[in-house]
Amino acid sequence: MTAASTARQPVAVTGLGALTPLGRDVAALHEGLLEGRSGVRLLDAPEFAELPARLAATVDLTDRLDRVEARKLDRVQQVALVAAREAWADAGSPEVDGDRLAVVIGSGIGGALTLLDQDRVLRDKGPRAVSPHLIPMLMPNGPAATVGLEIGARAGVHCPVSACASGAEALALALDLLRSGRADIVVAGGAEACVHPLPLAGFAQMRALSTRHDEPEAASRPYDKGRDGFVLGEGAGVLVLETVAHAAARGARVHGHLAGAGLASDAHHVTAPDPTGTGAARSITAALRDAGVGPDEVGHIDAHATSTPLGDLAEARALNLALGTARPPVTAPKSCTGHLLGAAGAVEAIAALLSLSSGRIPAVRNLDDLDDQADLDIVRTVVREHPHEVALSTSFGFGGHDVSLVLTR
Amino acid sequence: MTAPDPASVLTGLADVLQEVAGTPADKVVREAGFEADLDIDSLTMVEVVVACEEKWGVRIPDAALEGLRTVGDAVDYIAGAAK
Repeated sequence: MTAASTARQPVAVTGLGALTPLGRDVAALHEGLLEGRSGVRLLDAPEFAELPARLAATVDLTDRLDRVEARKLDRVQQVALVAAREAWADAGSPEVDGDRLAVVIGSGIGGALTLLDQDRVLRDKGPRAVSPHLIPMLMPNGPAATVGLEIGARAGVHCPVSACASGAEALALALDLLRSGRADIVVAGGAEACVHPLPLAGFAQMRALSTRHDEPEAASRPYDKGRDGFVLGEGAGVLVLETVAHAAARGARVHGHLAGAGLASDAHHVTAPDPTGTGAARSITAALRDAGVGPDEVGHIDAHATSTPLGDLAEARALNLALGTARPPVTAPKSCTGHLLGAAGAVEAIAALLSLSSGRIPAVRNLDDLDDQADLDIVRTVVREHPHEVALSTSFGFGGHDVSLVLTR
Repeated sequence: MTAPDPASVLTGLADVLQEVAGTPADKVVREAGFEADLDIDSLTMVEVVVACEEKWGVRIPDAALEGLRTVGDAVDYIAGAAK
């Protein structure tokens, strides 16, 4: 069976929005990645002082939302809303029947900051002081619901929760919704905002976080021999996806296409990656098949590459397993952005589309001493000028979730 | 604590509504309906109640809430309850 025989229709990407540690919008993300800028900083507030890992990549929400609007939204909903507004405006604020408009925004953690804050209110002041907005602020589908209300989506509002694969899984679900004819436009992406001592302490107890406190901007270093864990990030990435026919009919500008998705699960361990990489490889193979492209057609890879010792190598094995002799250039946006958990897959799909449209693949930041067990063509030191047609973006999450996306020009 | 007069409760309630819902002070008049005129939904109304309870040291039970349709209803209830 050839790959093309199982290929299904691509969908058009007509709007992009991103609020990331590299800046306020998609332009800042693009520029930051090409410059190899770091969004990582040391958390120096007193509440972080005793933590064994005190690094994070945060976003600036100052003046982005109306005060009254913001006070009913958890930070994860706020970042989702800001990115969705950018994406929607970028798509030309399409006039669409709400019955044909859906939203899929994933989140790994949900409204954790509100949960933690209101737990303190409950202890200090009792149950009558707890906010009546607590539940809609903490529920994981809060970001999707917020965006759905904003744009009047009535064809369904969904929230895939698959840890660090949530954002990518949201795009995979959006692709299904459009292909199956259940919507004409889907606003899809991921959001995360859980920079707080408790999640940091939890990740630190897993020994998952970098502790390179003396050099925050060098802490996220995928594929480098000195990598010692990921850096917790926050932010959101949102894409406006629509059927090719719908985009053409309204004369929309098209950034590129989401051409295929592949989902698999490891069934190996709840948090550790399968060292053989077979689950991840199956998701990659499935995505390529879904898009109808062969391994040798992939022009670059936006790897999941979180900068953990085990994860980066397991993924490298998975890529080689799935791609065989093909060796497309690999980049790792998390070297600049940190790890945006449930937002990462969406932000990195945007990064992949930007590389496709510009023909420029950002270099992996902080890659001073390549781990030679990562047997890949990794883009180092300088931006790779490389016009190409097909990109692969991978995302993997605690729970053994493997999601791969194929994007095309 | 001396009982607040209705005029000061009205001013204080306007402050609460500005803080919680961004309602402009000039809209907070006795005749204004919370839901009908000020667009205060039921969840936000709970926030308003809690803020009023803290501000004036009164208790506004859910049973009383149903009777508080307008700003004037709330002002009279709070001024009466705080006595």
